[in-house]
Amino acid sequence: MNWTNLFKISLKALSNNKMRAFLTMLGIIIGVAAVITMIALGQGTKQSIQKEISDMGSNIIMVHPGGDRRGGVRMDPSEMQTLKVQNYEALKDECMFLAGISPYATASGQLVCGNNNYPSSVTGTDIDYITIRQLSIEDGSMFTEADIRSSAKVCVIGKTIVDNLFPDTDDPIGKVIRFNQVPLKVIGVLESKGYNSMGMDQDDIVLAPYTTVMKRMLAVTHFNGIFASAITEDMTVLATEEIRTILRREHRLKDGEEDDFMIRSQQELSDMMDMTTNLLTTLLACIAGISLLVGGIGIMNIMYVSVTERTKEIGLRMSVGARGIDIMTQFLIEAVLISVTGGIIGIILGCSACMAMKFLAHWPVYIMMSSVILSFTVCTVIGIFFGWYPARKAANLDPIDALRYE
Amino acid sequence: MGKYVIELKDIRRDFIVGDETVHALRGVSFAISEGEFVTIMGTSGSGKSTLLNILGCLDTPSSGEYLLDGIPVKSMSKSQRAILRNRKIGFVFQNYNLLAKTTAAENVELPLMYNPDIGSSERRRRAEEALIAVGLEDRMEHKSNQMSGGQMQRVAIARALVNNPAVILADEATGNLDTRTSYEILMLFQKLHREGRTIIFVTHNPDISNYSSRNIRLRDGHIIEDAVNGNVLSAEETYRTLPKDEDD
Repeated sequence: MNWTNLFKISLKALSNNKMRAFLTMLGIIIGVAAVITMIALGQGTKQSIQKEISDMGSNIIMVHPGGDRRGGVRMDPSEMQTLKVQNYEALKDECMFLAGISPYATASGQLVCGNNNYPSSVTGTDIDYITIRQLSIEDGSMFTEADIRSSAKVCVIGKTIVDNLFPDTDDPIGKVIRFNQVPLKVIGVLESKGYNSMGMDQDDIVLAPYTTVMKRMLAVTHFNGIFASAITEDMTVLATEEIRTILRREHRLKDGEEDDFMIRSQQELSDMMDMTTNLLTTLLACIAGISLLVGGIGIMNIMYVSVTERTKEIGLRMSVGARGIDIMTQFLIEAVLISVTGGIIGIILGCSACMAMKFLAHWPVYIMMSSVILSFTVCTVIGIFFGWYPARKAANLDPIDALRYE
Repeated sequence: MGKYVIELKDIRRDFIVGDETVHALRGVSFAISEGEFVTIMGTSGSGKSTLLNILGCLDTPSSGEYLLDGIPVKSMSKSQRAILRNRKIGFVFQNYNLLAKTTAAENVELPLMYNPDIGSSERRRRAEEALIAVGLEDRMEHKSNQMSGGQMQRVAIARALVNNPAVILADEATGNLDTRTSYEILMLFQKLHREGRTIIFVTHNPDISNYSSRNIRLRDGHIIEDAVNGNVLSAEETYRTLPKDEDD
């Protein structure tokens, strides 16, 4: 078989019907562009969520008091007072898989400074808190162990607080703000982190020693929760187990008794988010895949029409010596040319659309090489698959009937 | 006479239409030597189309033996016959059957496209030669829709010549043309005949038989006449006697 000649013949046949070839291609172009764009969007969303999570601290483990029943009534977990200072100290002393640990206790109220005020909350933490949450001090310093021991009236504040309480000055360090009658000296300003993916302002934050918040503001001995970070992401599971063992011992829970606390790790959150975004990606890819399939059927339809319309031409080709296999190959090449050319244009269009979304709309997109290769392969397969039946129909024509066809 | 190009021995061809069997050819035998110009005539239903299809290796006989250039055709597969058509036969059809939107040269190149032994430059050269042979040297890049009927038929003849076939099969080749153009085409066939080509011209028009060297007449699937034409007329002379005003 002479492939070069058959290729030339197919190319010529397509160029004789440019408009039709293009319209047929359009189905594939849209299908491929849709597949690439949708997958890129899905992957982009996934990656941006993953980044968000790892920005929050990828190894974070959160311990919260669990809900409990009192006389059959399920209580609000935040009402529970099961996480005590001595539990925290036991964890801090004993845990081997933790890089850092910090309790947190939150007090809400109005922050006042001069004639400015702002509603916020003060979070009482240990010094590890900023490393666990991947915060950094832009100006000034974090409070110290000594501040915690002495329940010092100091705080570290976020950008939103600075903007609202100190609109006229760049340097709030050393200034005193009041929170529910407790004066707090600003000793540090946190670097801005902006909004997170849930739309929460991460700069609306006031950190103070947990002892200060618990003794001076809330007058309680329990925490809202404990944050910890495992040494590495892989150790999250081990660290979680360690915390569970120690807390069960501290809370004197017997075997078979339910935990009266909850441990959540970012790992779980990240897995859950992954699952959600993967589902989203699959869904988008399926919708796009359907359009690709419709495009393929478009090719088959046009090839069928083309075979009928060109019956006489097929008869002539057979009479001058084209074998069935030659005719079949010619029509298959035509179908594959349409689908592959459409595929290439679709890839270019899809990638351009992704770039446009990235730079104009600032949407998170990530073009996966595998999706490009996949859609290109699918195109070729579609061309062969949907070209096969019309091509076989053409090849099986009887030259005498075909020549006589009007 | 030289060697036989075509040998038919008791060719029969039956078609089954519904419950009935139609006998299109009922034992046809003849042989055609190299360089003959044979007219096969017959009214519709005489079996001449069936005979043409068999001669052109488009169809195979139900029984009997057919040798084309010494090669037995009957036992050949479809693709073997396709290759045989490609190398040994040139078809000329009543309605030209040129490819649309395609230049004369490309149309003529078509049979050679299916011959992997011939490269593109050789193909082009032979197409040009064939077009020169039919007098279309100045129409090579014209597309089929830019040519007259006579010119299109010349392109079709060039296409039939390009593979240097053992036999040229013409099926009512002048049927769609006006009288003057018909004679032009006949002149071309006579010229090819003089150059030594073997030509079989299938027609229902008895006039054509005056210009060929041998005439075979079919009726109801039998040969009723097979005679050498002792007085071959020159198409050129007849052409000169035609009134000029018929010219377009």
